[in-house]
Amino acid sequence: MKNKSRIFENIVHGIFLILGLITVGCVLLITVYLIVSGIPAIREIGIFNFLFGKKWASTAATPSYGILPFIMTSVYGTAGAIVLGVPVGFLTAVYLAKLAPKKVKAVVETAVKLLAGIPSVVYGLVGMLVLVPAIKSIFGIPDGASLFAAIIVLAVMILPSIISVSMTALESVPNEYEDASLALGATPVETYFKVSVPAAKSGIAAAVVLGVGRAIGEAMAVMMVSGNAANMPSIFKSVRFLTTAVASEMSYSSGLQRQALFSIALVLFLFIMLINAALNFFLKHDKEK
Amino acid sequence: MKKLLNYAAITAMCLAAFTGCGDKDSSGGKVSTDGSTSMEEVIGALGEAFKEKNTDCQFTYNPTGSGSGITAVAEGRCDIGLSSRKLKDEEKAQGLSETVLAYDGIAVIVNPSNPVADLTVDQIAGIYTGEITNWSELGGSDLEIVLIGREAGSGTRDGFESVTGTEDACKYRQELTSTGDVITTVGSNENAIGYASLAAVKDSVKAVSVGGVAPSAETIKDGSYAVQRPFMLITKDDKKLSETAQKFFDYALSDEAKSIIENAGVVPAKD
Repeated sequence: MKNKSRIFENIVHGIFLILGLITVGCVLLITVYLIVSGIPAIREIGIFNFLFGKKWASTAATPSYGILPFIMTSVYGTAGAIVLGVPVGFLTAVYLAKLAPKKVKAVVETAVKLLAGIPSVVYGLVGMLVLVPAIKSIFGIPDGASLFAAIIVLAVMILPSIISVSMTALESVPNEYEDASLALGATPVETYFKVSVPAAKSGIAAAVVLGVGRAIGEAMAVMMVSGNAANMPSIFKSVRFLTTAVASEMSYSSGLQRQALFSIALVLFLFIMLINAALNFFLKHDKEK
Repeated sequence: MKKLLNYAAITAMCLAAFTGCGDKDSSGGKVSTDGSTSMEEVIGALGEAFKEKNTDCQFTYNPTGSGSGITAVAEGRCDIGLSSRKLKDEEKAQGLSETVLAYDGIAVIVNPSNPVADLTVDQIAGIYTGEITNWSELGGSDLEIVLIGREAGSGTRDGFESVTGTEDACKYRQELTSTGDVITTVGSNENAIGYASLAAVKDSVKAVSVGGVAPSAETIKDGSYAVQRPFMLITKDDKKLSETAQKFFDYALSDEAKSIIENAGVVPAKD
Protein backbone atom coordinates (compact mmCIF):
# COMPACT_ATOMS: atom_id res chain seq x y z
CA MET A 1 0.00 0.00 0.00
CA LYS A 2 2.68 2.40 1.06
CA ASN A 3 4.79 1.41 -1.92
CA LYS A 4 1.89 2.01 -4.25
CA SER A 5 1.27 5.51 -3.02
CA ARG A 6 4.96 6.27 -3.34
CA ILE A 7 4.88 5.25 -6.99
CA PHE A 8 1.86 7.46 -7.49
CA GLU A 9 3.67 10.33 -5.77
CA ASN A 10 6.64 9.86 -8.04
CA ILE A 11 4.49 9.86 -11.14
CA VAL A 12 2.79 13.08 -10.10
CA HIS A 13 6.17 14.60 -9.35
CA GLY A 14 7.34 13.60 -12.78
CA ILE A 15 4.32 15.17 -14.46
CA PHE A 16 4.80 18.43 -12.58
CA LEU A 17 8.47 18.46 -13.47
CA ILE A 18 7.65 18.05 -17.15
CA LEU A 19 5.04 20.81 -17.00
CA GLY A 20 7.55 23.08 -15.31
CA LEU A 21 10.18 22.26 -17.90
CA ILE A 22 7.79 23.30 -20.69
CA THR A 23 7.97 26.88 -19.45
CA VAL A 24 11.73 26.77 -19.12
CA GLY A 25 11.91 25.18 -22.53
CA CYS A 26 9.87 27.98 -24.09
CA VAL A 27 12.11 30.63 -22.59
CA LEU A 28 15.23 28.80 -23.73
CA LEU A 29 13.80 28.26 -27.19
CA ILE A 30 12.93 31.93 -27.62
CA THR A 31 16.28 33.07 -26.25
CA VAL A 32 18.28 30.74 -28.46
CA TYR A 33 16.13 31.54 -31.49
CA LEU A 34 16.50 35.29 -30.99
CA ILE A 35 20.24 35.06 -30.53
CA VAL A 36 20.73 32.75 -33.49
CA SER A 37 18.57 34.82 -35.82
CA GLY A 38 19.61 38.19 -34.43
CA ILE A 39 23.37 37.86 -34.55
CA PRO A 40 23.94 37.48 -38.34
CA ALA A 41 22.53 40.89 -39.25
CA ILE A 42 24.45 42.63 -36.47
CA ARG A 43 27.61 40.97 -37.79
CA GLU A 44 26.91 42.02 -41.33
CA ILE A 45 25.95 45.59 -40.48
CA GLY A 46 28.53 45.98 -37.73
CA ILE A 47 27.54 46.43 -34.12
CA PHE A 48 28.55 50.09 -34.03
CA ASN A 49 26.67 51.01 -37.21
CA PHE A 50 23.67 49.04 -36.01
CA LEU A 51 23.37 50.42 -32.48
CA PHE A 52 24.57 53.97 -33.14
CA GLY A 53 23.52 54.55 -36.74
CA LYS A 54 21.00 57.37 -36.95
CA LYS A 55 19.42 56.38 -40.24
CA TRP A 56 17.01 53.52 -40.81
CA ALA A 57 16.13 52.95 -44.46
CA SER A 58 15.68 49.21 -44.72
CA THR A 59 14.29 48.99 -48.24
CA ALA A 60 16.35 51.74 -49.86
CA ALA A 61 18.62 50.96 -52.81
CA THR A 62 21.56 51.41 -50.46
CA PRO A 63 19.94 50.33 -47.22
CA SER A 64 21.09 51.62 -43.87
CA TYR A 65 20.22 49.91 -40.64
CA GLY A 66 20.84 52.27 -37.74
CA ILE A 67 18.55 51.72 -34.79
CA LEU A 68 19.64 54.59 -32.55
CA PRO A 69 16.36 56.45 -33.31
CA PHE A 70 14.38 53.43 -32.09
CA ILE A 71 16.48 52.95 -28.97
CA MET A 72 16.28 56.63 -28.06
CA THR A 73 12.54 56.69 -28.75
CA SER A 74 11.95 53.67 -26.54
CA VAL A 75 14.07 55.22 -23.77
CA TYR A 76 12.43 58.67 -24.03
CA GLY A 77 8.94 57.22 -24.41
CA THR A 78 9.34 54.96 -21.40
CA ALA A 79 10.91 57.73 -19.34
CA GLY A 80 8.08 60.08 -20.27
CA ALA A 81 5.46 57.51 -19.36
CA ILE A 82 7.19 56.95 -16.01
CA VAL A 83 7.41 60.69 -15.31
CA LEU A 84 3.68 61.09 -15.97
CA GLY A 85 2.44 57.74 -14.70
CA VAL A 86 4.43 57.16 -11.53
CA PRO A 87 3.34 60.23 -9.52
CA VAL A 88 -0.30 59.59 -10.40
CA GLY A 89 -0.08 55.84 -9.77
CA PHE A 90 1.97 56.18 -6.60
CA LEU A 91 -0.28 58.80 -4.99
CA THR A 92 -3.34 56.79 -5.99
CA ALA A 93 -1.82 53.77 -4.29
CA VAL A 94 -1.10 55.75 -1.09
CA TYR A 95 -4.64 57.08 -1.11
CA LEU A 96 -6.20 53.68 -1.69
CA ALA A 97 -4.02 51.82 0.76
CA LYS A 98 -4.19 54.31 3.62
CA LEU A 99 -6.70 57.10 3.24
CA ALA A 100 -9.65 56.01 1.14
CA PRO A 101 -13.01 55.10 2.70
CA LYS A 102 -13.90 51.45 2.06
CA LYS A 103 -16.59 52.16 -0.53
CA VAL A 104 -14.42 54.54 -2.55
CA LYS A 105 -11.59 52.06 -2.36
CA ALA A 106 -13.75 49.25 -3.71
CA VAL A 107 -14.93 51.35 -6.65
CA VAL A 108 -11.46 52.70 -7.54
CA GLU A 109 -9.87 49.28 -7.20
CA THR A 110 -12.41 47.79 -9.58
CA ALA A 111 -11.75 50.59 -12.05
CA VAL A 112 -8.00 49.99 -11.83
CA LYS A 113 -8.48 46.27 -12.46
CA LEU A 114 -10.68 47.06 -15.42
CA LEU A 115 -8.04 49.41 -16.78
CA ALA A 116 -5.52 46.57 -16.55
CA GLY A 117 -7.84 44.30 -18.49
CA ILE A 118 -8.40 46.59 -21.46
CA PRO A 119 -6.59 45.16 -24.50
CA SER A 120 -3.80 47.35 -25.83
CA VAL A 121 -5.42 47.61 -29.24
CA VAL A 122 -8.32 49.43 -27.58
CA TYR A 123 -5.92 51.91 -25.99
CA GLY A 124 -4.45 52.41 -29.42
CA LEU A 125 -7.81 52.88 -31.07
CA VAL A 126 -9.01 55.45 -28.56
CA GLY A 127 -5.62 57.15 -28.78
CA MET A 128 -5.80 57.26 -32.55
CA LEU A 129 -9.35 58.58 -32.79
CA VAL A 130 -9.50 60.87 -29.74
CA LEU A 131 -6.04 61.70 -28.41
CA VAL A 132 -4.22 62.28 -31.71
CA PRO A 133 -6.78 64.76 -33.13
CA ALA A 134 -6.96 66.45 -29.70
CA ILE A 135 -3.18 66.94 -29.57
CA LYS A 136 -3.30 68.26 -33.11
CA SER A 137 -5.83 70.96 -32.29
CA ILE A 138 -4.61 71.82 -28.76
CA PHE A 139 -1.00 72.34 -29.77
CA GLY A 140 -1.75 73.63 -33.26
CA ILE A 141 0.56 71.18 -35.01
CA PRO A 142 -0.18 69.73 -38.44
CA ASP A 143 -0.43 66.15 -37.17
CA GLY A 144 -0.99 64.80 -33.67
CA ALA A 145 0.60 61.36 -34.06
CA SER A 146 3.76 61.89 -32.06
CA LEU A 147 5.98 60.81 -29.19
CA PHE A 148 3.79 62.88 -26.90
CA ALA A 149 0.67 60.89 -27.82
CA ALA A 150 2.54 57.63 -27.24
CA ILE A 151 3.79 58.83 -23.84
CA ILE A 152 0.27 59.65 -22.69
CA VAL A 153 -1.10 56.30 -23.85
CA LEU A 154 1.79 54.45 -22.18
CA ALA A 155 1.39 56.45 -18.96
CA VAL A 156 -2.24 55.35 -18.73
CA MET A 157 -1.34 51.77 -19.60
CA ILE A 158 1.25 51.42 -16.84
CA LEU A 159 -1.02 52.89 -14.17
CA PRO A 160 -2.69 49.60 -13.12
CA SER A 161 0.58 47.74 -12.52
CA ILE A 162 2.08 50.67 -10.61
CA ILE A 163 -1.03 51.15 -8.48
CA SER A 164 -1.63 47.50 -7.61
CA VAL A 165 2.00 46.62 -6.86
CA SER A 166 2.66 49.72 -4.74
CA MET A 167 -0.63 49.17 -2.93
CA THR A 168 0.37 45.65 -1.98
CA ALA A 169 3.72 46.96 -0.75
CA LEU A 170 2.08 49.73 1.31
CA GLU A 171 -0.51 47.41 2.79
CA SER A 172 2.13 44.95 3.95
CA VAL A 173 3.88 47.58 6.07
CA PRO A 174 3.37 46.34 9.68
CA ASN A 175 0.75 48.33 11.58
CA GLU A 176 3.12 48.76 14.52
CA TYR A 177 5.30 51.14 12.48
CA GLU A 178 2.41 53.44 11.83
CA ASP A 179 1.00 53.13 15.33
CA ALA A 180 4.35 54.10 16.78
CA SER A 181 4.60 57.13 14.54
CA LEU A 182 1.05 58.23 15.36
CA ALA A 183 1.70 57.72 19.05
CA LEU A 184 4.68 60.05 18.81
CA GLY A 185 2.34 62.78 17.62
CA ALA A 186 2.86 62.67 13.85
CA THR A 187 -0.23 63.39 11.76
CA PRO A 188 -1.60 60.52 9.60
CA VAL A 189 -0.32 62.07 6.36
CA GLU A 190 3.12 62.62 7.88
CA THR A 191 3.09 59.01 9.01
CA TYR A 192 2.18 57.67 5.56
CA PHE A 193 4.85 59.62 3.75
CA LYS A 194 7.61 59.45 6.36
CA VAL A 195 7.06 55.95 7.73
CA SER A 196 4.89 53.76 5.49
CA VAL A 197 6.34 54.84 2.16
CA PRO A 198 9.99 54.50 3.19
CA ALA A 199 9.17 51.09 4.68
CA ALA A 200 7.58 50.02 1.39
CA LYS A 201 10.16 51.64 -0.85
CA SER A 202 11.58 48.52 -2.46
CA GLY A 203 8.07 47.33 -3.31
CA ILE A 204 7.33 50.71 -4.84
CA ALA A 205 10.59 50.58 -6.77
CA ALA A 206 9.54 47.17 -8.06
CA ALA A 207 6.24 48.73 -9.19
CA VAL A 208 8.13 51.39 -11.14
CA VAL A 209 10.38 48.80 -12.77
CA LEU A 210 7.33 46.74 -13.69
CA GLY A 211 5.86 49.87 -15.27
CA VAL A 212 9.07 50.39 -17.23
CA GLY A 213 8.87 46.80 -18.43
CA ARG A 214 5.31 47.16 -19.60
CA ALA A 215 5.97 50.51 -21.30
CA ILE A 216 9.07 49.38 -23.17
CA GLY A 217 7.43 46.18 -24.38
CA GLU A 218 4.18 47.68 -25.61
CA ALA A 219 3.78 47.59 -29.38
CA MET A 220 0.20 47.69 -30.59
CA ALA A 221 -1.04 50.80 -28.81
CA VAL A 222 2.01 52.94 -29.54
CA MET A 223 2.06 51.82 -33.15
CA MET A 224 -1.37 53.35 -33.62
CA VAL A 225 -0.54 56.75 -32.13
CA SER A 226 3.14 57.41 -32.74
CA GLY A 227 3.22 57.79 -36.53
CA ASN A 228 6.04 55.28 -37.05
CA ALA A 229 8.48 57.43 -38.99
CA ALA A 230 12.08 56.57 -38.12
CA ASN A 231 13.01 60.00 -36.73
CA MET A 232 15.30 60.80 -33.84
CA PRO A 233 12.87 61.41 -30.99
CA SER A 234 11.38 64.81 -30.35
CA ILE A 235 8.21 65.44 -28.42
CA PHE A 236 5.89 66.43 -31.30
CA LYS A 237 7.60 64.43 -34.02
CA SER A 238 6.43 61.15 -35.44
CA VAL A 239 8.62 58.43 -33.94
CA ARG A 240 9.18 54.68 -34.03
CA PHE A 241 9.80 52.50 -30.97
CA LEU A 242 11.91 49.31 -30.85
CA THR A 243 8.74 47.25 -30.62
CA THR A 244 6.95 48.98 -33.46
CA ALA A 245 10.05 48.84 -35.64
CA VAL A 246 9.81 45.06 -35.49
CA ALA A 247 6.04 44.85 -35.72
CA SER A 248 5.47 47.32 -38.53
CA GLU A 249 7.99 45.97 -41.03
CA MET A 250 7.96 42.26 -40.25
CA SER A 251 5.07 41.26 -42.46
CA TYR A 252 6.60 42.43 -45.74
CA SER A 253 10.27 42.07 -44.93
CA SER A 254 12.85 39.95 -46.69
CA GLY A 255 16.56 39.20 -46.60
CA LEU A 256 18.83 41.36 -44.48
CA GLN A 257 15.89 43.61 -43.56
CA ARG A 258 14.17 40.68 -41.86
CA GLN A 259 17.37 39.60 -40.12
CA ALA A 260 17.87 43.17 -38.90
CA LEU A 261 14.35 43.11 -37.45
CA PHE A 262 15.32 40.01 -35.48
CA SER A 263 18.38 41.90 -34.28
CA ILE A 264 16.13 44.73 -33.08
CA ALA A 265 14.06 42.12 -31.25
CA LEU A 266 17.27 40.87 -29.68
CA VAL A 267 18.16 44.37 -28.48
CA LEU A 268 14.66 44.74 -27.06
CA PHE A 269 15.00 41.35 -25.40
CA LEU A 270 18.24 42.47 -23.73
CA PHE A 271 16.49 45.59 -22.45
CA ILE A 272 13.72 43.47 -20.97
CA MET A 273 16.28 41.11 -19.39
CA LEU A 274 17.95 44.10 -17.74
CA ILE A 275 14.62 45.30 -16.44
CA ASN A 276 13.78 41.85 -15.10
CA ALA A 277 17.14 41.67 -13.37
CA ALA A 278 16.41 45.04 -11.76
CA LEU A 279 12.99 43.81 -10.71
CA ASN A 280 14.46 40.67 -9.13
CA PHE A 281 17.01 42.80 -7.34
CA PHE A 282 14.33 45.01 -5.78
CA LEU A 283 12.07 42.11 -4.82
CA LYS A 284 14.93 40.14 -3.25
CA HIS A 285 16.04 43.22 -1.41
CA ASP A 286 12.51 43.51 -0.08
CA LYS A 287 12.46 39.94 1.19
CA GLU A 288 15.82 40.10 2.88
CA LYS A 289 14.74 42.97 5.06
CA MET B 1 -7.41 46.82 -38.14
CA LYS B 2 -6.97 44.77 -41.25
CA LYS B 3 -4.02 43.03 -39.61
CA LEU B 4 -6.24 41.78 -36.82
CA LEU B 5 -8.65 40.38 -39.35
CA ASN B 6 -5.72 38.73 -41.05
CA TYR B 7 -4.62 37.11 -37.83
CA ALA B 8 -8.17 35.93 -37.25
CA ALA B 9 -8.22 34.48 -40.75
CA ILE B 10 -4.92 32.71 -40.18
CA THR B 11 -6.16 31.27 -36.91
CA ALA B 12 -9.34 30.12 -38.57
CA MET B 13 -7.30 28.47 -41.28
CA CYS B 14 -5.13 26.69 -38.76
CA LEU B 15 -8.23 25.38 -37.06
CA ALA B 16 -9.65 24.35 -40.39
CA ALA B 17 -6.43 22.52 -41.18
CA PHE B 18 -6.69 20.61 -37.92
CA THR B 19 -10.27 19.58 -38.41
CA GLY B 20 -9.55 18.67 -42.02
CA CYS B 21 -6.91 16.15 -41.10
CA GLY B 22 -9.19 13.33 -40.19
CA ASP B 23 -11.89 13.13 -42.77
CA LYS B 24 -10.86 12.76 -46.38
CA ASP B 25 -7.82 12.87 -48.54
CA SER B 26 -7.25 16.60 -48.78
CA SER B 27 -3.98 16.47 -50.71
CA GLY B 28 -5.68 15.92 -54.04
CA GLY B 29 -8.07 18.85 -54.20
CA LYS B 30 -6.21 21.65 -52.53
CA VAL B 31 -4.79 24.94 -53.69
CA SER B 32 -2.97 27.19 -51.28
CA THR B 33 -2.08 30.82 -51.93
CA ASP B 34 0.04 33.07 -49.79
CA GLY B 35 1.05 36.69 -50.07
CA SER B 36 -0.02 40.27 -50.65
CA THR B 37 -2.61 41.68 -48.29
CA SER B 38 -3.58 44.16 -51.01
CA MET B 39 -4.82 41.24 -53.08
CA GLU B 40 -7.10 39.99 -50.32
CA GLU B 41 -10.29 41.18 -51.95
CA VAL B 42 -9.62 39.95 -55.46
CA ILE B 43 -8.10 36.61 -54.49
CA GLY B 44 -10.82 36.01 -51.92
CA ALA B 45 -13.51 36.54 -54.55
CA LEU B 46 -11.71 34.30 -57.04
CA GLY B 47 -11.22 31.59 -54.43
CA GLU B 48 -14.87 31.64 -53.49
CA ALA B 49 -16.05 31.43 -57.08
CA PHE B 50 -13.54 28.65 -57.74
CA LYS B 51 -14.79 26.64 -54.78
CA GLU B 52 -18.35 27.11 -55.91
CA LYS B 53 -17.46 25.67 -59.29
CA ASN B 54 -15.34 22.83 -57.89
CA THR B 55 -17.06 21.86 -54.69
CA ASP B 56 -14.56 19.10 -53.90
CA CYS B 57 -11.61 21.48 -53.94
CA GLN B 58 -10.17 23.39 -51.03
CA PHE B 59 -8.84 26.90 -51.42
CA THR B 60 -6.74 28.70 -48.84
CA TYR B 61 -5.31 32.21 -48.78
CA ASN B 62 -2.77 33.31 -46.23
CA PRO B 63 -2.57 37.11 -46.07
CA THR B 64 1.06 37.63 -45.13
CA GLY B 65 2.36 40.23 -47.54
CA SER B 66 4.08 40.12 -50.93
CA GLY B 67 7.53 39.38 -49.52
CA SER B 68 6.32 36.51 -47.36
CA GLY B 69 4.22 35.09 -50.19
CA ILE B 70 7.18 35.05 -52.55
CA THR B 71 9.32 33.36 -49.89
CA ALA B 72 6.55 30.85 -49.23
CA VAL B 73 6.29 29.78 -52.86
CA ALA B 74 10.08 29.64 -53.20
CA GLU B 75 10.22 27.32 -50.19
CA GLY B 76 7.33 25.26 -51.47
CA ARG B 77 5.04 26.13 -48.59
CA CYS B 78 2.22 27.16 -50.91
CA ASP B 79 1.17 26.50 -54.50
CA ILE B 80 0.82 30.04 -55.77
CA GLY B 81 2.41 33.17 -54.33
CA LEU B 82 0.64 36.49 -54.55
CA SER B 83 2.63 39.65 -55.05
CA SER B 84 1.56 43.22 -55.62
CA ARG B 85 5.00 44.17 -56.90
CA LYS B 86 7.28 42.86 -59.61
CA LEU B 87 9.78 40.20 -58.62
CA LYS B 88 13.21 41.44 -57.70
CA ASP B 89 16.16 40.01 -59.65
CA GLU B 90 17.31 38.01 -56.65
CA GLU B 91 13.86 36.45 -56.42
CA LYS B 92 13.82 35.62 -60.12
CA ALA B 93 17.18 33.97 -59.62
CA GLN B 94 15.48 31.54 -57.25
CA GLY B 95 13.56 30.14 -60.22
CA LEU B 96 10.32 32.05 -59.75
CA SER B 97 8.19 33.49 -62.49
CA GLU B 98 5.38 36.01 -62.47
CA THR B 99 2.07 36.20 -64.27
CA VAL B 100 0.07 39.43 -64.22
CA LEU B 101 -3.43 38.79 -62.92
CA ALA B 102 -4.71 42.35 -62.74
CA TYR B 103 -3.74 46.00 -62.42
CA ASP B 104 -4.41 47.94 -59.28
CA GLY B 105 -4.74 51.68 -59.40
CA ILE B 106 -3.20 53.44 -56.42
CA ALA B 107 -5.37 56.37 -55.49
CA VAL B 108 -3.76 59.50 -54.09
CA ILE B 109 -6.13 60.55 -51.35
CA VAL B 110 -6.72 63.77 -49.41
CA ASN B 111 -9.23 64.87 -46.81
CA PRO B 112 -12.64 65.67 -48.35
CA SER B 113 -12.41 69.26 -47.03
CA ASN B 114 -9.23 69.85 -49.03
CA PRO B 115 -9.95 72.04 -52.09
CA VAL B 116 -7.10 70.51 -54.10
CA ALA B 117 -8.59 68.05 -56.59
CA ASP B 118 -5.91 67.53 -59.19
CA LEU B 119 -2.17 66.89 -58.96
CA THR B 120 0.43 65.97 -61.52
CA VAL B 121 2.84 63.10 -60.93
CA ASP B 122 5.62 65.70 -60.57
CA GLN B 123 3.64 67.55 -57.94
CA ILE B 124 2.98 64.32 -56.05
CA ALA B 125 6.68 63.51 -56.19
CA GLY B 126 7.45 67.04 -55.00
CA ILE B 127 5.07 66.69 -52.09
CA TYR B 128 6.46 63.33 -51.00
CA THR B 129 10.10 64.35 -51.32
CA GLY B 130 9.49 67.43 -49.22
CA GLU B 131 9.95 70.09 -51.93
CA ILE B 132 6.33 71.17 -51.61
CA THR B 133 5.37 71.51 -47.96
CA ASN B 134 2.27 73.70 -47.95
CA TRP B 135 -1.10 73.18 -49.60
CA SER B 136 -1.14 76.85 -50.67
CA GLU B 137 1.61 76.05 -53.20
CA LEU B 138 -0.92 73.78 -54.91
CA GLY B 139 -3.88 76.15 -54.78
CA GLY B 140 -5.18 74.94 -51.45
CA SER B 141 -5.45 76.55 -48.03
CA ASP B 142 -2.41 77.72 -46.08
CA LEU B 143 -1.79 74.45 -44.24
CA GLU B 144 1.29 72.32 -43.84
CA ILE B 145 1.12 69.07 -45.79
CA VAL B 146 1.19 65.93 -43.65
CA LEU B 147 2.55 62.95 -45.56
CA ILE B 148 0.96 59.63 -44.78
CA GLY B 149 2.50 56.48 -46.20
CA ARG B 150 2.90 52.76 -45.71
CA GLU B 151 5.65 50.86 -43.96
CA ALA B 152 8.85 49.78 -45.71
CA GLY B 153 8.26 46.58 -47.65
CA SER B 154 4.59 47.25 -48.33
CA GLY B 155 3.55 46.52 -51.90
CA THR B 156 1.47 49.68 -52.04
CA ARG B 157 4.40 51.83 -50.92
CA ASP B 158 6.71 50.11 -53.35
CA GLY B 159 4.19 50.60 -56.16
CA PHE B 160 3.57 54.24 -55.31
CA GLU B 161 7.21 55.15 -54.91
CA SER B 162 8.31 53.40 -58.08
CA VAL B 163 5.56 55.02 -60.16
CA THR B 164 6.24 58.50 -58.81
CA GLY B 165 10.02 58.04 -58.82
CA THR B 166 10.36 58.82 -55.13
CA GLU B 167 12.08 55.63 -53.97
CA ASP B 168 13.90 56.11 -50.68
CA ALA B 169 13.22 59.85 -50.80
CA CYS B 170 9.80 60.11 -49.17
CA LYS B 171 9.68 62.21 -46.03
CA TYR B 172 6.81 60.46 -44.32
CA ARG B 173 5.22 61.97 -41.27
CA GLN B 174 3.41 58.71 -40.57
CA GLU B 175 4.15 55.20 -41.75
CA LEU B 176 1.09 53.07 -41.17
CA THR B 177 0.75 49.34 -41.54
CA SER B 178 -2.52 48.95 -43.37
CA THR B 179 -4.61 50.53 -46.09
CA GLY B 180 -7.45 51.00 -43.62
CA ASP B 181 -5.25 52.94 -41.21
CA VAL B 182 -4.11 55.25 -44.01
CA ILE B 183 -7.71 55.97 -45.01
CA THR B 184 -8.79 56.57 -41.40
CA THR B 185 -5.88 58.93 -40.76
CA VAL B 186 -6.31 60.93 -43.96
CA GLY B 187 -10.05 61.06 -43.33
CA SER B 188 -9.51 62.66 -39.93
CA ASN B 189 -6.78 65.19 -40.77
CA GLU B 190 -7.40 68.00 -43.25
CA ASN B 191 -3.65 68.50 -43.74
CA ALA B 192 -3.00 64.93 -44.79
CA ILE B 193 -2.24 63.28 -48.10
CA GLY B 194 -1.92 59.53 -48.49
CA TYR B 195 -2.15 56.69 -50.94
CA ALA B 196 -4.16 53.49 -50.99
CA SER B 197 -5.53 50.86 -53.33
CA LEU B 198 -8.33 52.38 -55.37
CA ALA B 199 -10.50 49.41 -54.46
CA ALA B 200 -10.26 50.30 -50.78
CA VAL B 201 -10.99 54.03 -51.08
CA LYS B 202 -14.14 55.09 -49.27
CA ASP B 203 -16.19 58.27 -49.04
CA SER B 204 -14.29 59.41 -45.96
CA VAL B 205 -11.46 60.51 -48.24
CA LYS B 206 -11.18 62.16 -51.64
CA ALA B 207 -9.17 60.56 -54.45
CA VAL B 208 -7.52 63.32 -56.50
CA SER B 209 -7.12 63.06 -60.25
CA VAL B 210 -3.58 62.72 -61.51
CA GLY B 211 -2.65 64.90 -64.49
CA GLY B 212 -6.35 65.51 -65.07
CA VAL B 213 -7.23 61.81 -65.15
CA ALA B 214 -9.47 60.54 -62.37
CA PRO B 215 -8.69 57.03 -61.15
CA SER B 216 -11.21 54.49 -62.45
CA ALA B 217 -11.24 51.04 -64.00
CA GLU B 218 -11.25 52.52 -67.50
CA THR B 219 -8.40 54.96 -66.98
CA ILE B 220 -6.28 52.30 -65.31
CA LYS B 221 -6.92 49.76 -68.05
CA ASP B 222 -6.10 52.14 -70.89
CA GLY B 223 -3.02 53.27 -69.00
CA SER B 224 -3.95 56.95 -68.84
CA TYR B 225 -4.07 56.96 -65.03
CA ALA B 226 -0.42 56.95 -64.10
CA VAL B 227 -0.30 55.59 -60.56
CA GLN B 228 -0.94 51.87 -60.95
CA ARG B 229 0.77 48.57 -60.25
CA PRO B 230 0.41 44.92 -61.21
CA PHE B 231 -1.08 42.11 -59.13
CA MET B 232 0.99 38.99 -59.81
CA LEU B 233 0.62 35.26 -59.44
CA ILE B 234 4.02 33.81 -58.55
CA THR B 235 4.92 30.26 -59.47
CA LYS B 236 8.03 28.16 -59.25
CA ASP B 237 9.58 27.17 -62.57
CA ASP B 238 10.98 23.80 -61.60
CA LYS B 239 7.92 22.61 -59.70
CA LYS B 240 4.81 21.64 -61.62
CA LEU B 241 1.59 22.91 -60.12
CA SER B 242 -0.71 20.27 -58.70
CA GLU B 243 -3.75 19.52 -60.82
CA THR B 244 -6.02 21.63 -58.66
CA ALA B 245 -3.56 24.50 -58.40
CA GLN B 246 -3.18 24.52 -62.19
CA LYS B 247 -6.97 24.52 -62.51
CA PHE B 248 -7.19 27.55 -60.23
CA PHE B 249 -4.34 29.29 -62.05
CA ASP B 250 -6.09 28.84 -65.41
CA TYR B 251 -9.42 29.84 -63.91
CA ALA B 252 -8.01 33.07 -62.47
CA LEU B 253 -6.74 34.07 -65.91
CA SER B 254 -9.86 32.94 -67.80
CA ASP B 255 -12.46 35.21 -69.37
CA GLU B 256 -14.92 33.87 -66.86
CA ALA B 257 -12.97 35.29 -63.95
CA LYS B 258 -12.75 38.75 -65.51
CA SER B 259 -16.02 39.97 -64.09
CA ILE B 260 -15.08 38.70 -60.63
CA ILE B 261 -11.79 40.57 -60.76
CA GLU B 262 -13.59 43.71 -61.93
CA ASN B 263 -16.09 43.40 -59.10
CA ALA B 264 -13.20 43.32 -56.64
CA GLY B 265 -12.27 46.82 -57.77
CA VAL B 266 -9.19 46.07 -59.86
CA VAL B 267 -8.65 45.81 -63.57
CA PRO B 268 -8.08 42.38 -65.15
CA ALA B 269 -4.87 42.07 -67.15
CA LYS B 270 -6.59 40.23 -69.97
CA ASP B 271 -8.70 42.23 -72.42
